[in-house]
Amino acid sequence: MAIGADDVRHVAALARLAVPERQIPELVAQLNGILSHMDALGQVKTTGVMAAAGVGDAAMPLRADIGPPIPLARPLESFAPQSRDGFLLVPRLATHESSGDDESVE
Amino acid sequence: MNAVRDAFERMAEVDVGPTGLNCILWTDEQRALADAAAVDAIPSAGALAGVPFVAKDNIATTHLQTTCGSRILEGYVSPYEATVITRLRDAGAVLVGKTNMDEFAMGSSNEHSAWGPVLNPVDRTRVPGGSSGGSAASVAAGIVRIALGSETGGSVRQPASYCGVVGVKPTYGRVSRFGLVAFASSLDQVGVFGTMVKDAAVALEVIAGRDARDATSADCPVDRYSAAHTNDLKGVVIGKPREYFPKSLDPRIAKLCEDALDALRARGAEVREVSLPHTDLAIPVYYIIAPAEASSNLARFDGVRYGLRVEANGLREMYEATRTRGFGPEVTRRILLGTYVLSAGYYDAYYRKAQEVRTLIAQDFREAFDSGVHLLFTPTTPSVAFEFGAKSDPYEMYLNDIFTATANLAGVPAISVPIGDIEGLPVGGQLIARHFDEQMMFRGAFALEAARTEVS
Repeated sequence: MAIGADDVRHVAALARLAVPERQIPELVAQLNGILSHMDALGQVKTTGVMAAAGVGDAAMPLRADIGPPIPLARPLESFAPQSRDGFLLVPRLATHESSGDDESVE
Repeated sequence: MNAVRDAFERMAEVDVGPTGLNCILWTDEQRALADAAAVDAIPSAGALAGVPFVAKDNIATTHLQTTCGSRILEGYVSPYEATVITRLRDAGAVLVGKTNMDEFAMGSSNEHSAWGPVLNPVDRTRVPGGSSGGSAASVAAGIVRIALGSETGGSVRQPASYCGVVGVKPTYGRVSRFGLVAFASSLDQVGVFGTMVKDAAVALEVIAGRDARDATSADCPVDRYSAAHTNDLKGVVIGKPREYFPKSLDPRIAKLCEDALDALRARGAEVREVSLPHTDLAIPVYYIIAPAEASSNLARFDGVRYGLRVEANGLREMYEATRTRGFGPEVTRRILLGTYVLSAGYYDAYYRKAQEVRTLIAQDFREAFDSGVHLLFTPTTPSVAFEFGAKSDPYEMYLNDIFTATANLAGVPAISVPIGDIEGLPVGGQLIARHFDEQMMFRGAFALEAARTEVS
């Protein structure tokens, strides 16, 4: 499965990376070089083999959905210019409001 | 106090900054000396009272930066401390510096740090290995006897081998990862370096064990690894996996491995040839799974929450501008690779397939150990430390992890111990044990080290 320039542009967009056009040919060559070695996996018979979800024999431990408080070296208020109700208020993306996206920044 | 002062004197002597080894990025001498004085004032000091240590720059500390070797985290100081740092400090150890590393732990040579490469103290024209190259170099240069690193595919053992020190990757789950910046969560584990096996053993027994802040840390009893010292390996069966000794292996490395196996035999161990048939698939599997997990973990670096933020016209543009400027070329390449193998149409062919083959690799280890083998012995790396710029092809660089990535994929513990040198360049031998059997791993490592010390 060869990867092309459009694939690189597509995954770069998914990964929120603005890869300059001039770098695309080199990335195409490098990624194809790497992926060509992955094709060996296609030759391995894995019928009936469970995909590994983790490592070791231990099952994922379950615990109550609470954790001990994180011991902060500095007060929460010092992390950001403002906080409210235990949440941090990050700088408002003023330009974002006119861009049409619907994500909230608070 | 004296040991901490000595560490800073040694830092100046060998020049740990960008004009020298470039192995230590951040220090605060006054703070370290104050910490040392505070430890001195406690009458019942811990196991590591006054012992200086350094930590890789992807382990969170509250008074020194944690940049992961990346521009995107330049200036970032964590508001909380990693559990491993707290445990070492509680035992009396004193943090004297944060060490240089390949950006976000992606690399096998330390040539991929935003803060420049680390030089190998043994030969400054060569790489120290990676990604925990700064920690390995700090131990090799005699600044500290204990250093923390992190392992995803060999990032402690490979630089330990290249720099001639001891490096341990514990069992997955053995050590808390609270405060370790995530790269590939099904593989990552904090590891330790030591000048000698005992240094690494003491450090590991301090940091190991369940931590309520990390659900993936295992609730398994922690043995006294430093007490595993023995001269007697009677009854211990050591497997020599034939796939780790291919015909193409440097004959000088093969010879040093044979000498090491002879030394283990001389102490009563039985050496038996075994097979781990899926070994040669470890690199393709690793370089699918690790970038896939990294592409997800590194999504958090978006210019909103941490470090660098490049303003642009719109939210998406701000994300892209920040990430494009903040990440270096190797991290960018791996994020693209990871995003690709997870994307629609390719997930089954790459990611799912890799997870299935990972199961087979883990099965190889289980079958070898179930056949009565207690330890496996292999070379740590296929070569000695190479010169800067020697590996320009990414996949050629990835092949450096060929003997180490398997233990990460299977989750088993492994240690690299110096077994000799080739024209002055160190060679490491690797001992791999069953899950959570670090005690047996250290037993073999102590014996191996003792044999070598006797020879020299």
